[in-house]
Amino acid sequence: MLITCPYCGPRDVIEFTYQGDGNRERPQPASQNLDAWNAYVYDRLNPAGDHNEIWQHSGGCRAHLRVVRNTLTHEIRSTTFARGGHKAEGRS
Amino acid sequence: MAEYSAFSLLKNALTGNKDWKPAWRKPDPKASYDVIVIGGGGHGLSTAYYLAKEHGITNVAVLEKGWLGSGNVGRNTTAVRSNYLLPQNTRFYEHSMKLWENLSHDLNYNVMFSQRGCLNLAHTPGQLDDYARRGNAMRHLGVDADLMSVDQIKRLVPALDISGSARFPILGGLMQRRAGSARHDAVAWGYARGADRRGVDIIENCEVTGFLRDGGRITGVSTTRGEIRAKKVALAVAGSTGRVMQLAGISHMPIESHVLQAFVSESLKPIIDTILTFGMGHFYISQSDKGGLVYGGDLDGYNSYAQRGSLPIVDEVMSEMLALFPGLARVRMLRSWGGLCDMTMDGSPIITTGPLPGMYLNCGWCYGGFKATPASGWCFAHTIAKDEPHEFNAPFTLDRFYRGLVIDDKGQGATPRLH
Amino acid sequence: MSPRRAETGGRIDRLRTIRFTFDGAPYTGHAGDTLASALLANGVTLFGRSFKYHRPRGLLAAGVEEPNALVTVLRGEVREPNIAATMVEIYDGLVADSQNRTPSLAWDIGAMNQLGGKILSAGFYYKTFMGPVIGPLKGTRFWMFCEHFIRRAAGLGKAGTAPDPARYERMNAFCDVLVVGSGPAGLMAAKAAADQGARVILADLEANFGGSANWSGETIDGMPAADWTQRMVGQLEGNDNVRLLPRTTVWGYYDGNTLAALERVTDHKEAPAKGEPRQRYWAIRAGTVVLATGSFERPLVFPGNDRPGVMLAHAAERYVNEYGVLPGQRIALFTNNDSAYRSAFALKKAGAAIVAIVDVRSDVSNEMRRLASEAEAELLAGHAVVATEGGKALTGLKVQRFDARSGALSGDERSIHADSLLMSGGWSPTIHLASQAGAKAEWDPARQAFLPPKPTQRWIGAGAFTGSFSTAEAIAEGRAAGLQAAGGTASSAPLPIVEAAPGDPDPAPVFEIKAKGKSFVDFQHDVTAEDVRLAHREGFVSVEHLKRYTTLGMATDQGKNSNLPGLAIMAEALGKSIPEVGTTRFRPPYTAVSIGSLAAERFGDLKPERLTPMHDWHIANGATMYSAGLWYRPMIYGLAGETVEQAYVREAKATRESAGIVDVSTLGKIAVQGLDAAEFLDRVYTNMFSTLAVGKARYGLMLREDGLAFDDGTTWRLGDQEFLMTTTTANAGKVMQHLEYFLDVIWPELKVTVTSVTDEWAGAAIGGPKARAILAACVTGTAVDNATLPFMGIVHGQIAGVPVMICRLSFSGEMAFEVYSGAGYGTRVWEALIEAGTPFGLVTYGLEALGTMRIEKGHVTGAEIDGRTTARDLHLDWMLSKKKPFIGSAMMDREGLVANDRLQLVGLIALDNRPLNGGGHVVEKLDEANPHDSLGHITACCYSPALGKYIALALVEGGKARHGTRAFVSDPLRNRFGPIEIVSNHFYDPDGSRMHG
Repeated sequence: MLITCPYCGPRDVIEFTYQGDGNRERPQPASQNLDAWNAYVYDRLNPAGDHNEIWQHSGGCRAHLRVVRNTLTHEIRSTTFARGGHKAEGRS
Repeated sequence: MAEYSAFSLLKNALTGNKDWKPAWRKPDPKASYDVIVIGGGGHGLSTAYYLAKEHGITNVAVLEKGWLGSGNVGRNTTAVRSNYLLPQNTRFYEHSMKLWENLSHDLNYNVMFSQRGCLNLAHTPGQLDDYARRGNAMRHLGVDADLMSVDQIKRLVPALDISGSARFPILGGLMQRRAGSARHDAVAWGYARGADRRGVDIIENCEVTGFLRDGGRITGVSTTRGEIRAKKVALAVAGSTGRVMQLAGISHMPIESHVLQAFVSESLKPIIDTILTFGMGHFYISQSDKGGLVYGGDLDGYNSYAQRGSLPIVDEVMSEMLALFPGLARVRMLRSWGGLCDMTMDGSPIITTGPLPGMYLNCGWCYGGFKATPASGWCFAHTIAKDEPHEFNAPFTLDRFYRGLVIDDKGQGATPRLH
Repeated sequence: MSPRRAETGGRIDRLRTIRFTFDGAPYTGHAGDTLASALLANGVTLFGRSFKYHRPRGLLAAGVEEPNALVTVLRGEVREPNIAATMVEIYDGLVADSQNRTPSLAWDIGAMNQLGGKILSAGFYYKTFMGPVIGPLKGTRFWMFCEHFIRRAAGLGKAGTAPDPARYERMNAFCDVLVVGSGPAGLMAAKAAADQGARVILADLEANFGGSANWSGETIDGMPAADWTQRMVGQLEGNDNVRLLPRTTVWGYYDGNTLAALERVTDHKEAPAKGEPRQRYWAIRAGTVVLATGSFERPLVFPGNDRPGVMLAHAAERYVNEYGVLPGQRIALFTNNDSAYRSAFALKKAGAAIVAIVDVRSDVSNEMRRLASEAEAELLAGHAVVATEGGKALTGLKVQRFDARSGALSGDERSIHADSLLMSGGWSPTIHLASQAGAKAEWDPARQAFLPPKPTQRWIGAGAFTGSFSTAEAIAEGRAAGLQAAGGTASSAPLPIVEAAPGDPDPAPVFEIKAKGKSFVDFQHDVTAEDVRLAHREGFVSVEHLKRYTTLGMATDQGKNSNLPGLAIMAEALGKSIPEVGTTRFRPPYTAVSIGSLAAERFGDLKPERLTPMHDWHIANGATMYSAGLWYRPMIYGLAGETVEQAYVREAKATRESAGIVDVSTLGKIAVQGLDAAEFLDRVYTNMFSTLAVGKARYGLMLREDGLAFDDGTTWRLGDQEFLMTTTTANAGKVMQHLEYFLDVIWPELKVTVTSVTDEWAGAAIGGPKARAILAACVTGTAVDNATLPFMGIVHGQIAGVPVMICRLSFSGEMAFEVYSGAGYGTRVWEALIEAGTPFGLVTYGLEALGTMRIEKGHVTGAEIDGRTTARDLHLDWMLSKKKPFIGSAMMDREGLVANDRLQLVGLIALDNRPLNGGGHVVEKLDEANPHDSLGHITACCYSPALGKYIALALVEGGKARHGTRAFVSDPLRNRFGPIEIVSNHFYDPDGSRMHG
């Protein structure tokens, strides 16, 4: 599997660390809504199909990427910085 | 149906093996059952078997979308052990071990369970202490465990590199002698035949496409072979739990589906007579009766339903293998395959009533599914029949994560790929 | 002249004689021979024994699909088992042995298994060996008793145990076009793509490029096809943008058009040249792949089809045309298609007598009839072979009239004398790689074969792979594929002209001749047609059940010969069509791959070694090292004659009495910088860091999101916006990823950067009553007195002219300092500290003494922060700030995490004054025979020189409430039982007066 890092270009999956479901929303730090926290920490979407997920280019620029990848075919539909945007804005 | 025995083999051989009957019937689905078990893998079949055997519930259908045993029961490295750290796991897997020890007789089907032992190799003093902690925990629950010295290990597996100059020298190991391996497919077939003989309908090529409901209650399933109603609908579809739960309208679960690869070498004369695990990585190996080395390692590490592995894990597993066995570099890997693992947030399974009324859930087997097959079905059958868990599976609830009652044998927290 | 070598012909070098041994007997062959062709030339007919019945077997094939002739190649003590003799190129001094026979290939005691006959049918294992229900052999014992013998009888070759001295190499390659297979289709594709300027890799598993052109006897562009391939290869060799990889099997098609290949670099040589690896593992990322992998000829299933001397027709053609070896002198052929006629003609030309062509079809075309008569062969159309005769070599066969439509035999059996029987059951495209890439094969009823479907990854097929079996089609498709792959436009230039024997590519749909006797489907695994029908009777009818129940297709040839015939027999039994039974999906590898090649450069070098800057000093000064993760760290600096315990007790004692120094360079170090650095740390740590003054350090605790303890360490505020965080050695990488994740994904608004600086700093911790005096003696540029350097204070100065950063903090419980310098100066500072300390009695100490002093102080490490404990369990709740949220704060009070019966940290004292063991358990009631009801376990233990006792830290159920109570250590694994007292984990100087000084 090749993941195209917006900084580094297409790189082998071995350079990346999987950080899981990118749909999860972290409650506000001060939130006391335990259900929301539990959902954030423990629940996963886990679809058979396109999956929005976070990868870190740990063996490269170390940026976190938001990757949309099909879990049935491993085909990658898109890769952007997790911070948002294709370009290197966000990191200076 | 005829009993299997040396005598029946001889008798049939004399008639040219023309009189053997199908190991299980191929019935059409009835309109309704007392219990529907979704999933004709090891766990689904053993659930049906124990529903019939232990609870007298025989009006049961097992629905399998493809061929029976096409999931993980036929895609694993066949290890059977109960050498866990945490008591909830050890008790459950030890119950499984006891069922394994009599399984061939119970099923009248030789599942070839061979108690050749499982040895976890330790490479640092700290790791040896960790294994001692685990071994002692097992002993305090009445489960066998021993520490082995380097000399004992050398005698048991002469092909191991036990030199002090190894990158990660072997300092000792934790042995469970009652552990072993079994013929994986035979387990599915044996349970299928056993369940069928007790009246259970095993229905292959029958994919569940939706759930029937009455109000909030699950009352049956729609399938590629029509609607089937049931008082109770039980899921045992590890690897596909996410997909099937989606059909029931439950989009989120504390589960990720991951690929785990396994490998077999060409047949060799006996060289490894136990199950071995490497302590400084993730690698395990045994040798089948046919002579193939059966081995595997880490998950590929990302969500997948593809049953297809990635190359970096192949390389990693082979490297670890040769760190233990530098003499096997010229042995050749013959086959590889990928199985789908339901990885939970604590590495332990879920066997529970619910989460919807009329539904029962068995999933989240992570790496442990094959060895759990008997106890999983046994406990699940109990849970379905009595509408409450047996004490062996009582800790394996779905809400344990939310309540902070996780059973985290590896201590990795909610990162499924690390369990 | 050897008995079966033709006078002329073949592409071997007859001037070069090569000597080798097989089963200890000396033989000769020629350069260009395989072990198979050389032995065949010497008249050898018996090559191996089958897996189950140990039946004598000869060569079935000439290539990679050979299931019978498996050998072990020996190089000294190093063994390579299970290699097909057809894939071994001979070299001077080659030593090969046959396998799976006792005592010899000719006389194998295992052949007695054949007497088991029908009892040993498919699945017989499952039906017996259950043993008695009671008595000494109950449970699994009877099976294990039987299994002992079964295991010894099973298995093929024997693996070696001597370490393989060979080197394996990995190459990552990138290309626009990867062409797999170098037959006419592959050569044309490579040439066309190369001419477009594409970067091309051409790989073929054989030693010589050319594929079938090397033995087809056809003519291309007016020259022998083999010469045409030479010319094509010559043209490709001249191109800078082409890489040619002979002896290279592309065995895996992975995601992202990544293909794995194995190059056998020196297996065909007596010895590798300097620097050459044995094998090279290629990971090839290809823009487009051209699959020109050809096809396999299928065996026919009929009684006695496994007799040595029965061979695939094209294999015989190859032996004669490529190696100049005739498989026999009186040859019969048995076919369901036209291709065997060409084989007959080739063998006739080489001097063999073709005694008969037995064709299941009654309507044989005139062209084929003409070929048969040119071969002077009797054509028996509408006939089938129903038996073979002979023992370890074929002597004859029996034929009968056959109706291809009904499968019925009729008329009298007729015997034909022959020493070789060649069969052709049609051809199956080699679609393995396409299947691996994720595509499902499609059945072609005309070809009676599974053809590749639409690609799911970027590949294009050409030649026999697509079911186009003629060379002319292969050439056209190859060029088109090469052009398309390279992004070129279709060419109208003339194609090379092929002169080939005519032939219809479609066989008759006949796979099996049903007659009395064992008809083999899977040769190596001894799966017969009857076994397939037995599987059907017992309900194992899906293709996967068939495979798993009978072991069909599970042998080393992975069903290359047996898959389709097996399916066909099952389909007939079911009354279904072949595609309704299904086809199995192929998985990597295409052929077996050496494990050494997959480990490649990591064979013998699994993981990197991490060494601290002072590593060499430790070694030179008598340290015993042990590994901690990837690191090596000093365990003790033992004196002559000291035990480990004596050494660490001495080191710890000296530290508490005067001073000791330890290398702490392995601690994780992370620079946390930026406007929001303090805010970030407040969110990450359970306690406050924004209130920390510049020039001060603070001990911090991190939780995971789920509220459990994650890591601890001190963090130093070096400036308003600059912190240096330290982590435990083991968690350095995890903490770094944790911080990066939150900064990048969760809180991108925070202006903070984190940088791992673990390797930038050397660290030495110096502690003890004399530590300050030692520093005073060697530090310049700053004072180190209590006012300048209070507890948790930081100063900058120099030691031996090297800038250092000193923080006064303590893990040992003594007045102590951590001295950090640039990693390159670590040893210099270390030596200067030791020189300054020697007059004060400074000792170096290792991890054992470090551990001893931390146990005495009750500090936690990874043994206690084990991923299952909370801050409260470890009595660190005082660190949980109530003034702010932090990672884990919302989750840490869930019911399961605050229960009173959780395992909590305590101290233990051995009341019998004997050593305790890590991993020993704690019980209330001692029961040595049947230990039970564990309360918890020891996480760390030592002899405490400060207390004069054996002590331990432990995690014990409801531990806090048990302080002052008695219990027992229960350690059945090491037979250590005895009384203990449960105490606070703070054994030594609990109010910290020593470190505060």
